[in-house]
Parts: sequence; C-alpha cells; structure tokens
Amino acid sequence: MALSGSPELTRWTPPVLDEACKLAIHNLMVKSRACEEALIRMVRTGHGYFWIGSPGEEGFGVPLGMLVHKGHGPAFDYLHLHYRSAPTVLAMGSQPIDLLRQMRSTVTDPYSKGRNFVNHFAIKPWNIVPVTPTIETQYAVAPGTALVQRRHGGVGISIVTGGDAGSAEGDFYSAMNWSTRPDQELPVLMLIAHNGYGISTRAERVQNTRELNRRGDGFGIRNAMVDGNDPIATWNALVEAMDYVRHERKPYILQGNVSRLYGHSSSSGASLLDEPDCLSLYEARLLREGLATAAELKAVWDRWHDALNDALHQVIEEPMPDRQHVLQHVFWDGPAGN
Amino acid sequence: MATLAQAIRLALHYGEEHLGVTDIFGEDVGAPLGGVFTCTQGLKTAWNSPLDERGIVATALGIAYAGGKPVAEIQFCDYIYNVIDLLKLCGNAHWSSAGEYHVPMVLMTPVGAGIHGSMYHSHSFESMATHIQGWKVVMPSNAKDAYGLMLSAIADPNPVLFLAPKGLMRAKGEEHIPGEPEDERQLHQMIDAPVGDRQDWQPRWPAVQDYRVPIGQARTCRKGSDVTVVGYGRLLHLCTQAADQLQEQGISAEVIDLRTLYPFDEQSVFASVRKTGRLLVVNEDTEVTNFGEHVIRRVLDECFYDLQAPPKLVAGLDVPGVGLAWGYEKNSIPQLADIVEAMRTVAQSQP
Repeated sequence: MALSGSPELTRWTPPVLDEACKLAIHNLMVKSRACEEALIRMVRTGHGYFWIGSPGEEGFGVPLGMLVHKGHGPAFDYLHLHYRSAPTVLAMGSQPIDLLRQMRSTVTDPYSKGRNFVNHFAIKPWNIVPVTPTIETQYAVAPGTALVQRRHGGVGISIVTGGDAGSAEGDFYSAMNWSTRPDQELPVLMLIAHNGYGISTRAERVQNTRELNRRGDGFGIRNAMVDGNDPIATWNALVEAMDYVRHERKPYILQGNVSRLYGHSSSSGASLLDEPDCLSLYEARLLREGLATAAELKAVWDRWHDALNDALHQVIEEPMPDRQHVLQHVFWDGPAGN
Repeated sequence: MATLAQAIRLALHYGEEHLGVTDIFGEDVGAPLGGVFTCTQGLKTAWNSPLDERGIVATALGIAYAGGKPVAEIQFCDYIYNVIDLLKLCGNAHWSSAGEYHVPMVLMTPVGAGIHGSMYHSHSFESMATHIQGWKVVMPSNAKDAYGLMLSAIADPNPVLFLAPKGLMRAKGEEHIPGEPEDERQLHQMIDAPVGDRQDWQPRWPAVQDYRVPIGQARTCRKGSDVTVVGYGRLLHLCTQAADQLQEQGISAEVIDLRTLYPFDEQSVFASVRKTGRLLVVNEDTEVTNFGEHVIRRVLDECFYDLQAPPKLVAGLDVPGVGLAWGYEKNSIPQLADIVEAMRTVAQSQP
C-alpha cells in the first residue's frame, strides 16, 4: 500500500501520519519481517541457495515505501535500491509470494526469472530499476534518472538507497558531484541505512565518522541523520527530506541508523542477534500509546504467517528455469524506451 | 568527402533530429571543444560532464532507464577500464530483470594506436568489449560506415559500443554520405567550428539522409580466391593495401571488413573461407585472448574440413603497452609488411 498522489502533482503533500497510518506502518513492518524470516527458513530447509535481506531495517524502509510517489515515468519517483530494500518494496504493495519465488529461483520469479539472489527487484510500473549485487553502483546511476526528472518538472525524484559500506565507494562521491553541478542540481534523495557493518568489518574501523551523511557538507548538500529504528522519527525525517528534494529540486542525504538482526546473509548463519529490534520497540510504543492491543498485534503476525505458509506451498510447486530460458532476454528487439 | 570524425558528427546530428537522441555527453564533449576529435562540435544536445568515467556510464544508464536516448563518450578507451562493472550492469540489466528493463544507450570511444599515443592513448578494447555480454560492438573503417553504424547504434534498443579508430578520425571517406555536400570545403565551412573564439558560432547542418549499416553485417572489400582476410578498423586499410600488393604477385585475397564485432557476421566469413580454404585475421589488439581467436574458433567449428591451411592471427604483441617511440609501436603493432607476409604465408601454405 503506497500512499501516493497523482501524476499531475506540482506540489507534494505527504500523507497524514494519523492513527490509521501508524497501524499501517506496523502492518507493513510485520509483513516485511515475516517475509524475511520465511525466506531464512527457506534457505535453511533447502528451498533456496542464499539469503540476504533486511530484517532490522523495517523502521527505516517501510516509511520510505509509504511515502514514495509511485508510478511509471519521470513524473514519479525512481527507486535505485539495494538488496536490503524489502521493507520499502513490500510497503509499496509488492506481494511476499514474489520474494519467495525469487528465493526458490522459480521461473515465475517476476523480478529476475530465477536469475538473481532474493531481494533483487525490478518493477518497471513502479520505476524500480534493477537491483544489482554491487553495493554502490546505484548511487552513480541515480543522477541519470534525476536528470530526466529535472527536465520533466513536477515532484518526481530519484531515491537511492545503500548501506554504510557502499557509501565508501567512489560512486557515492560521483552521485554527490553529479547532483550538485552549478545550475544543474538534481532531485536525488540519497539514503544510507547504517547498520554498522560491511559484512564482518565494523564501520568504525574503516570509516572516519559515524555521520556519513556529513559527507554531503563538502558539496553543500543538505543532510541529516535519524534513528532508523524509529519509524515515526524516520517518517518525519523523510517527509522533510522529500519535501526539500521534490520542491527545491536539489539533492539531500539522509542517514538512518538501523540494526542488522540476522547478520550479513545466510553465509554468516542468519541467526538472530542481540541488537535493538525496531519492530519490538514499535509494538511497545503502540501498546503504550493505546493504539492497539496485544491481541490485535498478534493477529497481524498470524495473518502474515498464514499468508506466507500458503504462499510457500504454492511456490514449491512452481516450475524452475530450464535450458529453454537461458537465452531469453539477452537482447531486446522491441521498440526502444522504458 | 567527410572525414570519419565529421561523419560521426553528422550521424549524431541526424540522431538528434530524427532518432530521439536526448543527450550527447562526456568529458569535453560539449562546447567549446566539441570533443577532442571534434566528433561532437555544434550538436544541440551535447554537454560537458565531470571528468568521471564511472559517472558518465552510470548517468547514461539512468537516462536510458528514464526513457531517454543517451550517447555517451569515454574520451579514450584507455580510460574505460574503471567502468567495467558498470558496462556489465548495462549489458545484463535486460537479462537479469527478466526482460523488464532494457538499455537503449550508445557508448562511443576512440580506440587503437597510430597517432603516437603512447601508453594511454593507444589501447585497443574490442577483445574486452566483446567479452561483456549484452552489448553490441561496432567499429567502422571509413566515414560512410561510421555514419551508417552510428545511426544503427542509436536506433538499436540495446546498449551499443561504438569503437572509433582514432588513427582514422581525420581520414576522408571514399563515398559520400547521403545528403553530404559534394564539395568537402563547403562541408568544412558548414559544420567545423572555427579555431579560436567560437562563442557565436553555429553550425549549418546539411540535410543528411537516413542511411544505416545493419549491425551484424560485414562488407567484402576485395573479392579473391586464395585466402580470406578478416579485418576491421584502422588495420582494414592495411589489409586492402596488402591484398593489392599481393594481387600483383598473383595471390588473390578476399578482404572482409567485419564492421560489427558482436554479433559478427559469421555467415559471410564462413562463405568466404569455404571458397578460399584459408583464413587470416588481422587486428591491433594484443594477441592473447584476442577477439580474432574467437573468429578462428568459430571457423574451426564450422569450416574445419574446408580448410587447406592453418588459420592465422596477426595481432599486437603481448606487451603491457604501446611505447611512445616509433621503434616500440612499429614492432608491437602489426604493420603493412607483417600483414603482407602473413597473407602470403597462409595463401601459399601447403600440408
């Protein structure tokens, strides 16, 4: 469920963060967490080769997905995502079963036809360009879509996400430089989900500051840092950042500090770690503020668990790619233009 | 006749006017220089980028994703090596996304030796380029083909790498581009920027016409019966010169200009080899894991029993670079005498 406006917008007004919206945030955070935990179970039970994903980043990713101006073409937001973006894409309205398909590498996987690791999306109707296994290149590509959006006008922006490790690459610098050429500033929202690690290497050993958003200071890019484990604070920070990028048509860097609840990937065990859990924290808040009861919150979990179980039973019966699929989509022979 | 650089410029102009080109960009591509070889002078969508090859390719990819039609330039292919992973992403986006996205972009870059370019203005790139899947790769040997290949590259909905032999940039064509003025001085006055202050200069474009060289279609430059010679780019001209010399000595060489390296015109090569029974491939890239080895392998696959002699590759020496002193270049890059000798050897080889 993305709370998006119409393609004709010249001013963007964010959705109201009311009680219903706060409960919607919870529902989508559970949707994403339950999905990711199902994916981890799949790889442990032989229904997939490798898992990499985003549990612990729901507080940062779900508000982003809900605030995206969703649609196709330069009037809408382009999303240059990395492989910890399930909360965002699921919040935009994608179905968990499609991630299960990608995990199992079925030919029905709509994002890659069983070719890519899980969480590597490509959804043209929503301007989600192909997610790549490289952790940084998306930063350098985003100015390209933003350039078209600058010419197009309106409120569409290019949103690019990555991690703290990816921000160490030169492509992060390229994105800042290309977005701030004199009189050619670009509407790029650069997001850093700082989980404190690059695989096993702690960020403080290889980055000279925790505040990676401050890299933008040298380019005159407005920037901020937010507790990404707090979806309400993230929502408000994103609204401020998006309002600026959509209307000033200039870049902005927002860093969200998040947890990495299951480690880097299945290669490091994908076991639950002792880090702050944004979802537990948010549920405690909803209970404290009287917005939901424990039974109501549990019902949300039960609903997604049931849906995912049904989805898994369906997916394991679906066909796998075969020889006939290998040569498909090497070249496109239709009309040019995305 | 237009030079190869002028032909590229005319094609890009045609692309802007008729084929939807939205951006022509790279280092020094826009005014005032219009490209270090002048290929982009006066073009209305040309602009200067930061000196950032990764940013150039990545931005082109983004423009293509957003519905634009970019033609980006890496100023010399010698500086393309730090963007290999981005070239991979351009080439695999369609396949990895199961057909969801495609990448209609052209990347052009000058290649090869022949201008005393030293270590970093003399590289060849076709062997690496043809190993990056999802790209089509073209390389003209003359101005008219440069024009026709560029139009085909622009019209193609896939990423196309346009390799321009830098040693031929100033070479005049032998055939007119459709719509090109008869008088080359007139063309010069119309589209070449003046030396010095160019602030108020505007080109006057001739009404060039749609002319395409289909991607994947080779051209037979010399008909012959004793040996098939496959070349492209700058050394293609040495191949035809060598063929002319040997013709006087009674050796008849058939010379094929591949024009497209991926996908290369296998059928034209196979047909010629089946006729001559002998094959020589010529290029100036370094010899180990050379694109010519692929051509030979495909000929062995399909024409083994038609061969009367071992196929041969004449290519650049396997050394780290092309040295500046002429003694380095002439002894590491194939010269006319090398090609003549190789052609004679293959043509006269007996079991």
